Amino acid sequence: MMRRKEARAGFLFALPWLFGLVAFMFYPLLMSLYYSFCDYSALRSPVWVGGDNYVELFHDEVFWTCVKNTLIYACVSLPLSMVVAIGLAMLLNTNVKGMTVYRTIFFIPSLVPMVSLAMLWLWILNGDYGVLNTALGAIGIKGPNWLSDVAWTKPALILMSVWGVGNAMLIYLASLQDVPTSLLEASELDGANAWQKTRNVTLPMISPVIQFNMVMGIIGSLQVFAIPFVMFPGGTPARSTYFYATYLYDSAFTYSRMGYASAMGWILFVVILLLTLVALKLSNRHVHYGGV
Amino acid sequence: MKRKTFETSVTHVALVTLSCLFIFPFLWLLDTAVKPISETMKQPPVWIPSKFEFGNFWEAINYGSDKVGYIPFLVYAENTVMLAMLVVTGTVVSNAIVAYSFARVRWWGRDLIFAVTLATMMVPFPVMMVPTFTIFKYLGWIGTYRPLWVPAWFGSAFSIFLLRQFFKTIPFELSEAAKIDGAGEWTIFRSIILPLSKPALSVVALFAFMGTWNDFMGPLIYLLRQETFTLSLGLEFYHSKAGGTQWNLLMAATSIVILPVLVVFFFCQRQFIKGISITGIK
Repeated sequence: MMRRKEARAGFLFALPWLFGLVAFMFYPLLMSLYYSFCDYSALRSPVWVGGDNYVELFHDEVFWTCVKNTLIYACVSLPLSMVVAIGLAMLLNTNVKGMTVYRTIFFIPSLVPMVSLAMLWLWILNGDYGVLNTALGAIGIKGPNWLSDVAWTKPALILMSVWGVGNAMLIYLASLQDVPTSLLEASELDGANAWQKTRNVTLPMISPVIQFNMVMGIIGSLQVFAIPFVMFPGGTPARSTYFYATYLYDSAFTYSRMGYASAMGWILFVVILLLTLVALKLSNRHVHYGGV
Repeated sequence: MKRKTFETSVTHVALVTLSCLFIFPFLWLLDTAVKPISETMKQPPVWIPSKFEFGNFWEAINYGSDKVGYIPFLVYAENTVMLAMLVVTGTVVSNAIVAYSFARVRWWGRDLIFAVTLATMMVPFPVMMVPTFTIFKYLGWIGTYRPLWVPAWFGSAFSIFLLRQFFKTIPFELSEAAKIDGAGEWTIFRSIILPLSKPALSVVALFAFMGTWNDFMGPLIYLLRQETFTLSLGLEFYHSKAGGTQWNLLMAATSIVILPVLVVFFFCQRQFIKGISITGIK
Protein backbone atom coordinates (compact mmCIF):
# COMPACT_ATOMS: atom_id res chain seq x y z
CA MET A 1 0.00 0.00 0.00
CA MET A 2 2.79 2.36 1.05
CA ARG A 3 4.78 1.49 -2.06
CA ARG A 4 1.91 2.17 -4.38
CA LYS A 5 1.24 5.54 -2.78
CA GLU A 6 4.91 6.42 -3.13
CA ALA A 7 4.98 5.36 -6.75
CA ARG A 8 1.96 7.48 -7.50
CA ALA A 9 3.55 10.52 -5.88
CA GLY A 10 6.78 9.91 -7.79
CA PHE A 11 4.94 9.67 -11.06
CA LEU A 12 3.00 12.87 -10.32
CA PHE A 13 6.22 14.72 -9.49
CA ALA A 14 7.81 13.57 -12.71
CA LEU A 15 4.74 14.43 -14.75
CA PRO A 16 5.88 17.88 -15.99
CA TRP A 17 9.02 16.33 -17.42
CA LEU A 18 7.23 13.30 -18.84
CA PHE A 19 5.00 15.72 -20.69
CA GLY A 20 7.97 17.86 -21.72
CA LEU A 21 9.86 14.79 -22.90
CA VAL A 22 6.99 13.75 -25.14
CA ALA A 23 5.92 17.22 -26.33
CA PHE A 24 9.30 18.85 -26.82
CA MET A 25 11.50 15.85 -27.57
CA PHE A 26 9.89 12.64 -28.84
CA TYR A 27 7.12 14.25 -30.83
CA PRO A 28 9.39 16.79 -32.60
CA LEU A 29 11.94 14.07 -33.28
CA LEU A 30 9.39 11.79 -34.92
CA MET A 31 7.65 14.60 -36.75
CA SER A 32 10.89 15.88 -38.19
CA LEU A 33 11.58 12.37 -39.49
CA TYR A 34 8.15 12.43 -41.13
CA TYR A 35 8.63 15.98 -42.49
CA SER A 36 11.97 14.96 -43.94
CA PHE A 37 10.01 12.80 -46.39
CA CYS A 38 7.62 15.63 -47.20
CA ASP A 39 7.42 18.74 -49.26
CA TYR A 40 6.52 21.14 -46.52
CA SER A 41 6.53 24.93 -46.62
CA ALA A 42 5.33 27.10 -43.78
CA LEU A 43 2.20 27.99 -45.73
CA ARG A 44 1.04 24.58 -46.92
CA SER A 45 0.58 21.32 -45.07
CA PRO A 46 3.19 18.62 -45.63
CA VAL A 47 2.86 16.46 -48.75
CA TRP A 48 4.59 13.09 -48.83
CA VAL A 49 7.34 12.97 -51.45
CA GLY A 50 9.32 9.94 -50.32
CA GLY A 51 13.10 10.27 -50.37
CA ASP A 52 13.13 13.30 -52.67
CA ASN A 53 14.61 15.64 -50.08
CA TYR A 54 17.49 13.27 -49.41
CA VAL A 55 18.13 12.76 -53.10
CA GLU A 56 18.11 16.49 -53.67
CA LEU A 57 20.47 17.07 -50.76
CA PHE A 58 22.86 14.58 -52.26
CA HIS A 59 23.00 16.67 -55.42
CA ASP A 60 22.92 20.03 -53.67
CA GLU A 61 26.25 21.78 -54.09
CA VAL A 62 25.56 24.22 -51.25
CA PHE A 63 24.85 21.33 -48.92
CA TRP A 64 28.22 19.76 -49.64
CA THR A 65 29.96 23.11 -49.23
CA CYS A 66 28.40 23.42 -45.80
CA VAL A 67 29.35 19.87 -44.90
CA LYS A 68 32.92 20.55 -45.94
CA ASN A 69 33.09 23.87 -44.07
CA THR A 70 31.63 22.35 -40.93
CA LEU A 71 33.99 19.38 -41.01
CA ILE A 72 37.05 21.58 -41.56
CA TYR A 73 35.98 23.83 -38.72
CA ALA A 74 35.29 20.93 -36.36
CA CYS A 75 38.42 18.98 -37.24
CA VAL A 76 40.73 21.91 -36.52
CA SER A 77 38.92 23.73 -33.78
CA LEU A 78 38.10 20.70 -31.64
CA PRO A 79 41.61 19.22 -31.19
CA LEU A 80 43.13 22.68 -30.87
CA SER A 81 40.61 23.73 -28.23
CA MET A 82 41.15 20.51 -26.33
CA VAL A 83 44.91 20.99 -26.21
CA VAL A 84 44.56 24.62 -25.16
CA ALA A 85 41.94 23.82 -22.52
CA ILE A 86 44.04 21.04 -20.99
CA GLY A 87 47.16 23.20 -21.16
CA LEU A 88 45.50 26.12 -19.41
CA ALA A 89 44.00 23.84 -16.78
CA MET A 90 47.43 22.35 -16.08
CA LEU A 91 48.99 25.78 -15.75
CA LEU A 92 46.28 26.74 -13.31
CA ASN A 93 46.69 23.56 -11.32
CA THR A 94 50.15 24.50 -10.10
CA ASN A 95 49.26 26.36 -6.92
CA VAL A 96 50.47 29.68 -8.23
CA LYS A 97 49.39 32.86 -6.53
CA GLY A 98 46.36 34.62 -7.97
CA MET A 99 44.89 31.45 -9.39
CA THR A 100 41.30 32.71 -9.08
CA VAL A 101 42.14 35.83 -11.07
CA TYR A 102 43.71 33.85 -13.91
CA ARG A 103 40.88 31.36 -13.85
CA THR A 104 38.35 34.17 -14.20
CA ILE A 105 40.26 35.77 -17.06
CA PHE A 106 40.41 32.52 -19.03
CA PHE A 107 36.77 31.79 -18.33
CA ILE A 108 35.18 35.13 -19.20
CA PRO A 109 35.17 34.68 -23.01
CA SER A 110 32.98 31.59 -22.75
CA LEU A 111 30.61 33.41 -20.45
CA VAL A 112 29.43 36.34 -22.52
CA PRO A 113 26.72 36.29 -25.20
CA MET A 114 27.84 34.92 -28.56
CA VAL A 115 26.40 37.89 -30.40
CA SER A 116 28.53 40.30 -28.39
CA LEU A 117 31.57 38.16 -29.07
CA ALA A 118 30.77 38.31 -32.75
CA MET A 119 30.52 42.12 -32.61
CA LEU A 120 33.74 42.41 -30.65
CA TRP A 121 35.67 40.22 -33.10
CA LEU A 122 34.24 41.99 -36.12
CA TRP A 123 35.92 45.04 -34.71
CA ILE A 124 39.18 43.36 -33.76
CA LEU A 125 39.50 41.66 -37.15
CA ASN A 126 38.25 44.69 -39.09
CA GLY A 127 40.05 45.10 -42.39
CA ASP A 128 40.85 48.80 -42.07
CA TYR A 129 41.22 49.50 -38.40
CA GLY A 130 41.50 45.99 -36.91
CA VAL A 131 43.76 45.93 -33.90
CA LEU A 132 44.90 42.33 -34.46
CA ASN A 133 46.58 43.16 -37.74
CA THR A 134 48.18 46.22 -36.19
CA ALA A 135 49.59 44.01 -33.48
CA LEU A 136 50.81 41.49 -36.03
CA GLY A 137 52.32 44.33 -38.04
CA ALA A 138 54.25 45.45 -34.98
CA ILE A 139 56.09 42.12 -34.94
CA GLY A 140 56.65 42.22 -38.67
CA ILE A 141 53.82 40.00 -39.88
CA LYS A 142 51.44 41.31 -42.49
CA GLY A 143 48.01 40.26 -41.22
CA PRO A 144 45.56 38.77 -43.71
CA ASN A 145 42.07 40.05 -44.45
CA TRP A 146 40.41 37.92 -41.82
CA LEU A 147 36.87 38.84 -42.77
CA SER A 148 37.05 38.95 -46.55
CA ASP A 149 39.75 36.51 -47.65
CA VAL A 150 38.24 33.08 -48.33
CA ALA A 151 41.36 31.39 -46.99
CA TRP A 152 41.26 33.25 -43.65
CA THR A 153 37.64 33.36 -42.56
CA LYS A 154 37.66 29.87 -41.10
CA PRO A 155 40.96 30.40 -39.26
CA ALA A 156 39.38 33.54 -37.79
CA LEU A 157 36.44 31.54 -36.47
CA ILE A 158 38.74 28.81 -35.19
CA LEU A 159 40.84 31.40 -33.40
CA MET A 160 37.68 32.68 -31.71
CA SER A 161 36.64 29.19 -30.69
CA VAL A 162 40.02 28.58 -29.07
CA TRP A 163 39.61 31.80 -27.17
CA GLY A 164 36.33 30.44 -25.79
CA VAL A 165 37.60 27.23 -24.18
CA GLY A 166 36.84 28.40 -20.64
CA ASN A 167 34.04 25.96 -19.98
CA ALA A 168 36.04 22.89 -20.88
CA MET A 169 39.04 24.31 -19.04
CA LEU A 170 37.06 24.51 -15.79
CA ILE A 171 35.94 20.90 -16.14
CA TYR A 172 39.55 19.81 -16.70
CA LEU A 173 40.73 21.89 -13.79
CA ALA A 174 38.22 20.28 -11.46
CA SER A 175 39.33 16.82 -12.53
CA LEU A 176 43.03 17.71 -12.28
CA GLN A 177 42.47 18.72 -8.70
CA ASP A 178 41.17 15.22 -8.02
CA VAL A 179 44.35 13.51 -9.25
CA PRO A 180 45.86 12.08 -6.05
CA THR A 181 49.12 13.82 -5.18
CA SER A 182 50.42 10.53 -3.80
CA LEU A 183 50.56 9.13 -7.35
CA LEU A 184 52.47 12.14 -8.61
CA GLU A 185 54.87 12.01 -5.68
CA ALA A 186 55.44 8.31 -6.20
CA SER A 187 56.36 8.83 -9.84
CA GLU A 188 58.60 11.71 -8.84
CA LEU A 189 60.45 9.39 -6.48
CA ASP A 190 60.87 6.99 -9.37
CA GLY A 191 62.67 9.81 -11.19
CA ALA A 192 59.94 10.83 -13.65
CA ASN A 193 60.32 14.27 -15.15
CA ALA A 194 57.46 16.72 -15.72
CA TRP A 195 56.58 15.35 -19.16
CA GLN A 196 56.66 11.73 -18.00
CA LYS A 197 54.46 12.59 -15.03
CA THR A 198 51.95 14.27 -17.33
CA ARG A 199 52.05 11.51 -19.90
CA ASN A 200 51.89 8.54 -17.55
CA VAL A 201 49.97 9.77 -14.53
CA THR A 202 47.99 12.95 -15.07
CA LEU A 203 46.53 12.34 -18.52
CA PRO A 204 45.43 8.76 -17.83
CA MET A 205 43.83 9.91 -14.58
CA ILE A 206 41.75 12.59 -16.28
CA SER A 207 41.04 10.55 -19.41
CA PRO A 208 37.32 10.01 -18.67
CA VAL A 209 36.89 13.79 -18.56
CA ILE A 210 38.87 14.21 -21.78
CA GLN A 211 36.55 11.72 -23.40
CA PHE A 212 33.47 13.53 -22.06
CA ASN A 213 34.71 16.89 -23.33
CA MET A 214 35.57 15.38 -26.67
CA VAL A 215 32.06 14.03 -27.16
CA MET A 216 30.50 17.32 -26.09
CA GLY A 217 32.93 19.12 -28.40
CA ILE A 218 31.92 16.99 -31.40
CA ILE A 219 28.23 17.63 -30.73
CA GLY A 220 28.79 21.34 -30.23
CA SER A 221 31.18 22.12 -33.07
CA LEU A 222 29.02 20.43 -35.71
CA GLN A 223 26.19 22.75 -34.69
CA VAL A 224 28.14 26.01 -34.79
CA PHE A 225 25.63 28.74 -35.58
CA ALA A 226 25.36 32.09 -33.84
CA ILE A 227 28.85 33.50 -34.37
CA PRO A 228 29.19 32.80 -38.11
CA PHE A 229 25.55 33.73 -38.63
CA VAL A 230 26.12 37.18 -37.14
CA MET A 231 29.64 37.80 -38.39
CA PHE A 232 29.25 36.51 -41.92
CA PRO A 233 25.67 36.99 -43.11
CA GLY A 234 24.90 34.42 -45.80
CA GLY A 235 28.24 32.71 -45.26
CA THR A 236 30.22 35.39 -47.07
CA PRO A 237 32.75 35.54 -48.63
CA ALA A 238 32.02 32.92 -51.29
CA ARG A 239 30.16 30.70 -48.80
CA SER A 240 33.41 30.02 -46.98
CA THR A 241 31.63 30.48 -43.65
CA TYR A 242 28.35 28.84 -44.54
CA PHE A 243 27.93 26.07 -41.97
CA TYR A 244 25.58 23.16 -41.61
CA ALA A 245 23.32 24.73 -39.01
CA THR A 246 23.25 28.04 -40.88
CA TYR A 247 22.10 26.37 -44.09
CA LEU A 248 19.56 24.34 -42.14
CA TYR A 249 18.18 27.50 -40.57
CA ASP A 250 18.05 29.27 -43.94
CA SER A 251 16.35 26.31 -45.60
CA ALA A 252 13.65 26.31 -42.93
CA PHE A 253 13.05 29.98 -42.31
CA THR A 254 14.50 31.91 -45.24
CA TYR A 255 13.47 29.60 -48.09
CA SER A 256 10.59 28.09 -46.14
CA ARG A 257 11.62 24.55 -47.05
CA MET A 258 10.78 22.84 -43.79
CA GLY A 259 10.93 19.31 -45.16
CA TYR A 260 14.33 19.87 -46.67
CA ALA A 261 15.57 21.37 -43.40
CA SER A 262 14.20 18.39 -41.47
CA ALA A 263 16.08 16.01 -43.73
CA MET A 264 19.24 17.98 -42.97
CA GLY A 265 18.41 17.79 -39.29
CA TRP A 266 18.08 14.03 -39.36
CA ILE A 267 21.31 13.59 -41.27
CA LEU A 268 23.06 15.71 -38.63
CA PHE A 269 21.47 13.70 -35.83
CA VAL A 270 22.54 10.36 -37.30
CA VAL A 271 26.04 11.64 -38.03
CA ILE A 272 26.41 12.92 -34.48
CA LEU A 273 25.22 9.59 -33.09
CA LEU A 274 27.65 7.63 -35.26
CA LEU A 275 30.59 9.94 -34.59
CA THR A 276 29.95 9.80 -30.87
CA LEU A 277 29.82 6.02 -30.92
CA VAL A 278 33.01 5.82 -32.96
CA ALA A 279 34.74 8.36 -30.73
CA LEU A 280 33.73 6.44 -27.63
CA LYS A 281 34.81 3.14 -29.13
CA LEU A 282 38.19 4.42 -30.31
CA SER A 283 38.97 6.29 -27.15
CA ASN A 284 37.74 3.65 -24.72
CA ARG A 285 41.03 1.84 -25.07
CA HIS A 286 42.82 4.88 -23.71
CA VAL A 287 40.35 5.81 -21.05
CA HIS A 288 41.33 4.77 -17.62
CA TYR A 289 38.79 4.64 -14.84
CA GLY A 290 41.15 4.90 -11.93
CA GLY A 291 40.27 3.75 -8.45
CA VAL A 292 40.07 7.19 -6.90
CA MET B 1 64.73 23.34 -4.84
CA LYS B 2 66.36 25.58 -7.48
CA ARG B 3 64.49 23.67 -10.19
CA LYS B 4 61.16 24.26 -8.44
CA THR B 5 61.60 28.05 -8.36
CA PHE B 6 62.56 27.98 -12.01
CA GLU B 7 59.44 26.00 -12.86
CA THR B 8 57.21 28.35 -10.90
CA SER B 9 58.57 31.41 -12.62
CA VAL B 10 58.09 29.81 -16.04
CA THR B 11 54.49 29.04 -15.08
CA HIS B 12 54.02 32.61 -13.94
CA VAL B 13 55.36 34.07 -17.14
CA ALA B 14 53.18 31.75 -19.20
CA LEU B 15 50.08 32.61 -17.17
CA VAL B 16 50.63 36.34 -17.36
CA THR B 17 51.26 36.23 -21.13
CA LEU B 18 48.22 34.08 -21.80
CA SER B 19 46.02 36.18 -19.53
CA CYS B 20 46.99 39.27 -21.48
CA LEU B 21 46.03 37.52 -24.73
CA PHE B 22 42.70 36.42 -23.27
CA ILE B 23 41.77 39.71 -21.65
CA PHE B 24 43.00 41.99 -24.41
CA PRO B 25 39.86 41.82 -26.62
CA PHE B 26 37.78 42.99 -23.65
CA LEU B 27 40.12 45.85 -22.84
CA TRP B 28 39.98 46.87 -26.46
CA LEU B 29 36.19 46.69 -26.30
CA LEU B 30 36.07 49.07 -23.35
CA ASP B 31 38.75 51.27 -24.83
CA THR B 32 36.81 51.65 -28.08
CA ALA B 33 33.56 52.21 -26.20
CA VAL B 34 34.83 55.41 -24.58
CA LYS B 35 36.58 56.87 -27.63
CA PRO B 36 35.38 59.77 -29.72
CA ILE B 37 34.30 58.46 -33.14
CA SER B 38 37.20 60.14 -34.94
CA GLU B 39 39.74 58.19 -32.90
CA THR B 40 38.23 54.80 -33.68
CA MET B 41 39.23 55.21 -37.29
CA LYS B 42 42.92 55.95 -37.08
CA GLN B 43 45.74 53.87 -38.32
CA PRO B 44 47.84 53.13 -36.28
CA PRO B 45 45.13 52.87 -33.63
CA VAL B 46 44.86 55.32 -30.78
CA TRP B 47 45.58 53.25 -27.66
CA ILE B 48 44.51 55.76 -25.06
CA PRO B 49 41.63 58.04 -26.00
CA SER B 50 42.45 61.73 -25.84
CA LYS B 51 39.15 62.23 -24.10
CA PHE B 52 37.07 59.64 -22.26
CA GLU B 53 33.64 59.88 -23.80
CA PHE B 54 31.48 58.18 -21.19
CA GLY B 55 28.54 59.76 -22.94
CA ASN B 56 28.94 57.04 -25.59
CA PHE B 57 27.09 54.59 -23.35
CA TRP B 58 24.20 56.97 -23.03
CA GLU B 59 24.22 57.60 -26.75
CA ALA B 60 24.32 53.87 -27.50
CA ILE B 61 21.25 53.32 -25.34
CA ASN B 62 19.37 56.14 -27.04
CA TYR B 63 20.69 55.45 -30.49
CA GLY B 64 18.62 57.24 -33.08
CA SER B 65 15.74 58.04 -30.75
CA ASP B 66 15.04 61.05 -32.96
CA LYS B 67 15.65 59.19 -36.22
CA VAL B 68 13.92 56.51 -38.29
CA GLY B 69 16.50 53.87 -37.47
CA TYR B 70 15.68 54.10 -33.77
CA ILE B 71 16.85 51.17 -31.69
CA PRO B 72 14.88 50.80 -28.46
CA PHE B 73 17.74 49.51 -26.38
CA LEU B 74 15.97 49.90 -23.06
CA VAL B 75 12.95 48.04 -24.39
CA TYR B 76 15.22 45.16 -25.39
CA ALA B 77 16.73 45.17 -21.93
CA GLU B 78 13.31 45.11 -20.31
CA ASN B 79 12.16 42.27 -22.59
CA THR B 80 15.25 40.24 -21.81
CA VAL B 81 14.92 40.70 -18.05
CA MET B 82 11.27 39.75 -18.10
CA LEU B 83 11.92 36.69 -20.23
CA ALA B 84 14.84 35.65 -18.05
CA MET B 85 12.70 35.89 -14.94
CA LEU B 86 10.01 33.65 -16.41
CA VAL B 87 12.59 31.12 -17.58
CA VAL B 88 14.53 31.11 -14.31
CA THR B 89 11.41 30.66 -12.19
CA GLY B 90 10.10 27.91 -14.42
CA THR B 91 13.42 26.11 -14.58
CA VAL B 92 13.94 26.11 -10.82
CA VAL B 93 10.39 25.11 -9.91
CA SER B 94 9.87 22.37 -12.49
CA ASN B 95 13.30 20.81 -12.33
CA ALA B 96 13.36 20.73 -8.55
CA ILE B 97 10.08 18.83 -8.48
CA VAL B 98 11.07 16.43 -11.25
CA ALA B 99 14.57 15.84 -9.91
CA TYR B 100 13.11 15.06 -6.48
CA SER B 101 11.08 12.33 -8.07
CA PHE B 102 14.11 10.87 -9.86
CA ALA B 103 16.37 11.14 -6.84
CA ARG B 104 14.24 10.16 -3.85
CA VAL B 105 10.98 8.49 -4.78
CA ARG B 106 10.78 4.92 -5.98
CA TRP B 107 8.49 4.27 -8.89
CA TRP B 108 8.31 1.79 -11.69
CA GLY B 109 10.33 2.72 -14.77
CA ARG B 110 12.11 5.59 -13.06
CA ASP B 111 15.68 4.62 -13.84
CA LEU B 112 14.87 3.76 -17.43
CA ILE B 113 13.27 7.16 -17.98
CA PHE B 114 16.22 8.84 -16.31
CA ALA B 115 18.60 7.07 -18.69
CA VAL B 116 16.47 8.23 -21.61
CA THR B 117 16.55 11.75 -20.17
CA LEU B 118 20.34 11.74 -20.14
CA ALA B 119 20.46 10.41 -23.68
CA THR B 120 18.29 13.29 -24.93
CA MET B 121 21.11 15.70 -24.10
CA MET B 122 22.82 14.40 -27.22
CA VAL B 123 20.00 15.31 -29.58
CA PRO B 124 21.05 18.35 -31.61
CA PHE B 125 18.56 21.20 -31.52
CA PRO B 126 18.45 21.71 -35.33
CA VAL B 127 16.79 18.34 -35.81
CA MET B 128 13.83 19.46 -33.72
CA MET B 129 13.71 23.02 -34.93
CA VAL B 130 11.04 22.62 -37.58
CA PRO B 131 8.50 20.50 -35.66
CA THR B 132 8.91 22.64 -32.54
CA PHE B 133 8.23 25.69 -34.66
CA THR B 134 5.19 23.93 -36.13
CA ILE B 135 3.80 23.17 -32.67
CA PHE B 136 4.07 26.79 -31.59
CA LYS B 137 2.67 27.98 -34.88
CA TYR B 138 -0.32 25.70 -34.40
CA LEU B 139 -0.81 27.22 -30.95
CA GLY B 140 -0.59 30.70 -32.45
CA TRP B 141 2.44 31.55 -30.30
CA ILE B 142 4.81 32.78 -33.03
CA GLY B 143 5.79 36.37 -32.33
CA THR B 144 5.13 35.98 -28.60
CA TYR B 145 7.54 35.06 -25.81
CA ARG B 146 5.72 31.84 -24.99
CA PRO B 147 7.84 29.51 -27.16
CA LEU B 148 10.85 30.86 -25.29
CA TRP B 149 9.68 30.38 -21.72
CA VAL B 150 6.84 27.85 -21.57
CA PRO B 151 9.09 24.84 -22.31
CA ALA B 152 11.27 25.87 -19.35
CA TRP B 153 8.37 25.01 -17.05
CA PHE B 154 8.45 21.37 -18.16
CA GLY B 155 11.98 20.62 -17.09
CA SER B 156 15.26 20.20 -18.91
CA ALA B 157 17.52 17.17 -18.96
CA PHE B 158 20.63 18.98 -17.83
CA SER B 159 19.03 20.67 -14.81
CA ILE B 160 17.27 17.46 -13.78
CA PHE B 161 20.60 15.66 -13.89
CA LEU B 162 22.36 18.34 -11.88
CA LEU B 163 19.70 18.57 -9.18
CA ARG B 164 19.24 14.81 -8.95
CA GLN B 165 22.96 14.36 -8.23
CA PHE B 166 22.65 16.88 -5.44
CA PHE B 167 19.41 15.58 -3.94
CA LYS B 168 20.93 12.11 -3.73
CA THR B 169 23.59 13.37 -1.33
CA ILE B 170 21.02 14.42 1.28
CA PRO B 171 20.78 11.67 3.93
CA PHE B 172 17.75 9.44 3.37
CA GLU B 173 17.27 9.09 7.13
CA LEU B 174 15.81 12.59 7.11
CA SER B 175 13.05 11.49 4.76
CA GLU B 176 12.44 8.27 6.70
CA ALA B 177 12.07 10.16 9.96
CA ALA B 178 9.63 12.59 8.40
CA LYS B 179 7.62 9.71 6.94
CA ILE B 180 7.29 8.13 10.36
CA ASP B 181 5.89 11.44 11.52
CA GLY B 182 3.29 11.10 8.78
CA ALA B 183 4.71 13.55 6.24
CA GLY B 184 3.88 13.00 2.57
CA GLU B 185 6.30 13.38 -0.31
CA TRP B 186 5.28 16.97 -0.98
CA THR B 187 5.90 17.97 2.64
CA ILE B 188 9.28 16.27 2.64
CA PHE B 189 10.19 18.00 -0.60
CA ARG B 190 9.07 21.42 0.59
CA SER B 191 10.31 21.44 4.16
CA ILE B 192 13.38 19.19 4.09
CA ILE B 193 14.87 18.89 0.62
CA LEU B 194 14.34 22.38 -0.75
CA PRO B 195 15.82 24.29 2.21
CA LEU B 196 18.91 22.05 2.08
CA SER B 197 19.39 22.47 -1.65
CA LYS B 198 19.83 26.19 -2.01
CA PRO B 199 23.36 25.94 -3.47
CA ALA B 200 22.29 23.50 -6.20
CA LEU B 201 19.13 25.45 -6.95
CA SER B 202 21.11 28.64 -7.37
CA VAL B 203 23.44 26.89 -9.82
CA VAL B 204 20.45 25.86 -11.89
CA ALA B 205 18.98 29.37 -11.69
CA LEU B 206 22.30 30.84 -12.73
CA PHE B 207 22.62 28.64 -15.79
CA ALA B 208 19.03 29.36 -16.76
CA PHE B 209 19.67 33.09 -16.50
CA MET B 210 22.84 32.92 -18.55
CA GLY B 211 21.19 30.69 -21.11
CA THR B 212 18.33 33.11 -21.64
CA TRP B 213 20.50 36.21 -21.64
CA ASN B 214 22.84 34.70 -24.22
CA ASP B 215 20.28 32.88 -26.36
CA PHE B 216 20.29 34.02 -29.95
CA MET B 217 18.67 31.28 -32.02
CA GLY B 218 15.45 31.06 -30.01
CA PRO B 219 14.54 34.77 -30.25
CA LEU B 220 15.72 34.77 -33.86
CA ILE B 221 13.21 32.06 -34.76
CA TYR B 222 10.24 33.10 -32.65
CA LEU B 223 10.28 36.88 -32.28
CA LEU B 224 9.06 38.90 -35.21
CA ARG B 225 8.52 42.50 -34.21
CA GLN B 226 11.45 44.69 -33.30
CA GLU B 227 9.90 46.01 -30.10
CA THR B 228 9.75 42.44 -28.74
CA PHE B 229 13.42 41.62 -29.38
CA THR B 230 15.86 40.60 -26.68
CA LEU B 231 19.25 42.20 -26.22
CA SER B 232 21.16 39.44 -28.05
CA LEU B 233 18.91 39.75 -31.06
CA GLY B 234 18.71 43.52 -30.81
CA LEU B 235 22.46 43.86 -30.79
CA GLU B 236 22.64 42.19 -34.18
CA PHE B 237 20.01 44.61 -35.40
CA TYR B 238 22.10 47.41 -34.01
CA HIS B 239 25.02 46.30 -36.09
CA SER B 240 23.12 46.05 -39.35
CA LYS B 241 21.22 49.27 -38.80
CA ALA B 242 23.90 51.60 -37.58
CA GLY B 243 25.02 51.82 -41.20
CA GLY B 244 28.66 52.74 -41.74
CA THR B 245 29.09 51.22 -38.32
CA GLN B 246 29.88 53.64 -35.54
CA TRP B 247 32.25 51.30 -33.79
CA ASN B 248 32.48 53.26 -30.59
CA LEU B 249 28.71 53.15 -30.10
CA LEU B 250 28.48 49.52 -31.14
CA MET B 251 31.20 48.62 -28.65
CA ALA B 252 29.44 50.65 -25.96
CA ALA B 253 26.22 48.75 -26.66
CA THR B 254 28.11 45.47 -26.61
CA SER B 255 29.67 46.31 -23.24
CA ILE B 256 26.24 47.01 -21.81
CA VAL B 257 25.00 43.59 -22.97
CA ILE B 258 28.02 41.85 -21.49
CA LEU B 259 28.01 43.71 -18.18
CA PRO B 260 25.13 41.94 -16.36
CA VAL B 261 26.63 38.55 -17.18
CA LEU B 262 29.96 39.58 -15.69
CA VAL B 263 28.32 41.04 -12.58
CA VAL B 264 26.33 37.85 -12.00
CA PHE B 265 29.45 35.79 -12.52
CA PHE B 266 31.54 37.77 -10.06
CA PHE B 267 28.93 37.43 -7.35
CA CYS B 268 28.32 33.72 -7.91
CA GLN B 269 31.76 32.49 -8.95
CA ARG B 270 31.82 29.60 -6.53
CA GLN B 271 28.43 28.18 -7.48
CA PHE B 272 29.31 28.60 -11.10
CA ILE B 273 32.52 26.68 -11.02
CA LYS B 274 30.93 24.01 -8.89
CA GLY B 275 28.08 23.65 -11.36
CA ILE B 276 30.39 23.37 -14.32
CA SER B 277 32.60 20.83 -12.67
CA ILE B 278 29.54 18.71 -11.88
CA THR B 279 28.89 18.58 -15.63
CA GLY B 280 32.11 16.69 -16.13
CA ILE B 281 31.27 14.00 -13.61
CA LYS B 282 29.73 11.07 -15.38
